[in-house]
Order: sequence, then structure tokens, then C-alpha cells
Amino acid sequence: MNPPKNLKPYKVYAIEKGTVIDHIPARKALKVIEILRANEAGDSIVTLGINMTSKKMGHKDVVKIENKELTDAELNKIALIAPDAKISKIKNFKVVEKMHVVVPDTFKNIGTCPNPLCVTRNQKVGATFYIIYKHPLKLKCHYCERVFAGDEVVL
Amino acid sequence: MVTGGFKGRSIISIADFSREDIEYVLAIAKRLEGMKKKSGLLRDRIMATLFFEPSTRTRLSFESAMESLGGKVIGFADPNVSSYKKGESLYDTVRMVEQYCDVIVMRHFVEGAPRLAAESTTKPVLNAGDGANQHPSQTLLDLYTIQKTQGKLKGVKVAFVGDLKYGRTVHSLTIALSHFSPTFFFVSPPSLRIPSYYLEDLRQKKIPYKECEDVMEVMRQVDILYMTRIQQERFPDPADYEKVKNVYILKKEMLANAKVNMKILHPLPRVNEISTDVDTTPYAYYFQQAGNGIPIRQALLALVLGALK
Ligand SMILES: [Zn+2]
Repeated sequence: MNPPKNLKPYKVYAIEKGTVIDHIPARKALKVIEILRANEAGDSIVTLGINMTSKKMGHKDVVKIENKELTDAELNKIALIAPDAKISKIKNFKVVEKMHVVVPDTFKNIGTCPNPLCVTRNQKVGATFYIIYKHPLKLKCHYCERVFAGDEVVL
Repeated sequence: MVTGGFKGRSIISIADFSREDIEYVLAIAKRLEGMKKKSGLLRDRIMATLFFEPSTRTRLSFESAMESLGGKVIGFADPNVSSYKKGESLYDTVRMVEQYCDVIVMRHFVEGAPRLAAESTTKPVLNAGDGANQHPSQTLLDLYTIQKTQGKLKGVKVAFVGDLKYGRTVHSLTIALSHFSPTFFFVSPPSLRIPSYYLEDLRQKKIPYKECEDVMEVMRQVDILYMTRIQQERFPDPADYEKVKNVYILKKEMLANAKVNMKILHPLPRVNEISTDVDTTPYAYYFQQAGNGIPIRQALLALVLGALK
């Protein structure tokens, strides 16, 4: 199928089917790609817009991934990097569903605690974090109780 | 934690304590201190001390508290004799030890280990210090000491002096006192300032605080002067340590303008940050402070074992 003729010239190319993740904080797009392992997604095209101008955010990043639908677990992970992200599901070049990232109060069994002295790095137990601030995102480790920024938590 | 529900609970972090919880534990400690017949309270109960990192003072304080209530003590004080070195998981160690005792007191250099231990057993676990993280019985005895010396916890003016960056006792006491409308003064060299996260938290709670580098700026105002050690190993550059090490030594003549009710606290051991000529002034209270650990630890043991309500 060809793109519709009225398609606006846009700095990030439109996709036929897949997911657009908009309103990512500037320069965090690569991190989003990394946590979604989108770079390993076979033949799908992944488009990146880094440092685009945004009325609301000043600068923002945008990621488009062809042939990809996000799972709830992936939405949770994106919340760590881009708590204000807007997610659009695309079919036939059109937005068929819009989703907001919802930052949960607790991230259970997700990621790795950045504190090398944390028990989660020494024993077989998953890391759990509590949100203590949403803007900017700050998380507290359930075990070592240290506080980290969302993107410090290694996924 | 819900007050009144201490039986069977683990004591892991002061952050788990509400204002009412703190007041409740302090009230029980006071009751125990005045209680004449308490040596039978924990008769036939067994406390296991698992110290994966040596700390003689804390261990003796817990053991003394347990024995004074009639309980028994088993355990190890030296991680070399434990099976941890043999690679046994913390979970397995705790599942084994819980068979022998009613309550576990754990000190560990791994942060969060006591919480994981508490999640691994149905027996209550008391955290006796986990790395740079928590040492709730120390925080509670600090609060008890402040209440005892000032006649109240509400509205006290507290200056913390020395290493405020790595000082676990400072961080925990800041959080705990935040329930009681305090005023804080943070006195430290620029390289050892209290982490901004704590200041952010105080701003959110609208608690007044001031940072400064010279203790004499605040000496006239404070009710509590909480001294800490500046540890040489915190300084990557020995020259930086030399610059600050003699700035934060409290001497007798510096106390000339202190308030009459002012008390000097210190988690001990001290190195040189409180000159010994301060010991004989009415302001010195650090040894009595350590003694206050006994009623606090008695209270925690009696509460989690359900001997007192
Ligand atoms: Zn941790």
C-alpha cells in the first residue's frame, strides 16, 4: 500500500503498521530502543528522531518501530525512561489507538539496582522499586533503600 | 507498620515507622526503664545474633537487652565461622537459624540483606545495621535520647556536624525527626554535604533547614548537637582530608554560648571530633546515649515477641 497523498512532510518517516513513541525526553530515544530490544527486531524499520523541537518539552525524541505492538511489560519499562511518553498504535498509516504511559507506583522484579552493595546484586532476588517522585522520576530500591533517577536503573 | 501490631513484625528500616509507631516504641522503652520486675519478660525465648560484619558494641547492647529480660542468646559474631563464606544463600541460612530461635538480630555489610532475611522467615528479624543503609535501633535510641533530654520531640533544633554525606545515622535521624516539626542545621565541609535528596524531601515537607560550614554559626540556637566522625577513607585525596579533619573538632571553649538544655550526641566510637575536655561539661551526653540503647532494644524485643503491648 502506498502512503496517502495528503501525508505531511514530516521529519520522521511515517510507518504503515507499528508503534510510535512520542514525547520521549531529549536524547533518551536510544535508551528506549535498547529496552525494547527494537534493534534486534529482525527486518523491521526503526526510525529515530533525536532532539526534535516540541512546543511542550522544548526538545524531545521520537521513536517509530515498524511491525511492533508493545506489551504491558514494555510499557512499564518505557515509563522508567519516558514517564510522559505518548504511544500511538499505527495501522494503514493511521493512528488506531493512543495510549499514555502510566507510571506504576511499584516496579516489581524489573531491572537491576545500580547499587553494587545491594542484596539484589548478591543474592538470587529480583529488584523492586517504589516511585517516590513522578516528575522527575525518582525510584527507591525496596531492599537497599537508595534513590535513583528512572534512567539510572539498568534494565 | 500499624501501632499495636508489632508482634511477629520485623524491624528493618526507620522509613517503615509512622510517627505513632515511633512514639509507641519510645513509650514502651520508658515503661521498661522504670519497670522493677522485668527479668522474666522473655524467659525461655531465644535470640539469634547473626553478625556477618563484626560490631561488638551493637551486639553487646542487643545481648544485654535480651538477657536482662530473661532471654537466651545464641549466634555468631564473626562471619568467618558462618557458612556464608561457604556460599550458602542468605535464604538457606535464615531458614536453618529460624529452627533454633524466636527472634533473629542481623547485621550485614550487604545493604537490604535484613529485609530479604525478614521475607525469608516467619520469625521477626531485627536489623542491627546493613552497610550504609539502616540501623533502626540506633535511630530509635537517638530519638529516645532527644526526648529524654529535651522533655519532648516536637520542635527541637538539631545541628548535625561532620560527615553528612555518608553518615547513615544522620540520614535516618533526619527522616525520623521529620515527623516532629524540627529545625535542622547541617554543618559540614562542602565535600561532605548531606545528599540533595534529603534536602528535597525536607523542602517538600516544609521543614526549615540551613546548611553551613562553621558550627559556631549555630551554637547559640541548637538543642541538640549531633557530632559524627569524618572518616579518612571517604577522601580520595589525603590532602582534602587534612584540610577538614581539624575544622570539625568540638572543644570546651566553643560551648560558652550554648543553650543550657543543649546536649551533645555522638553515635560512637569517636576518634578526635569531640575533645575529651568536653566530657565533663553538662552538655556531654554521648555515653548516656549509648546506654539508652538498652531500653530501646528491650522494647523492640519485647514488642516483636509479643511480651508487651
Ligand atoms: Zn538496591
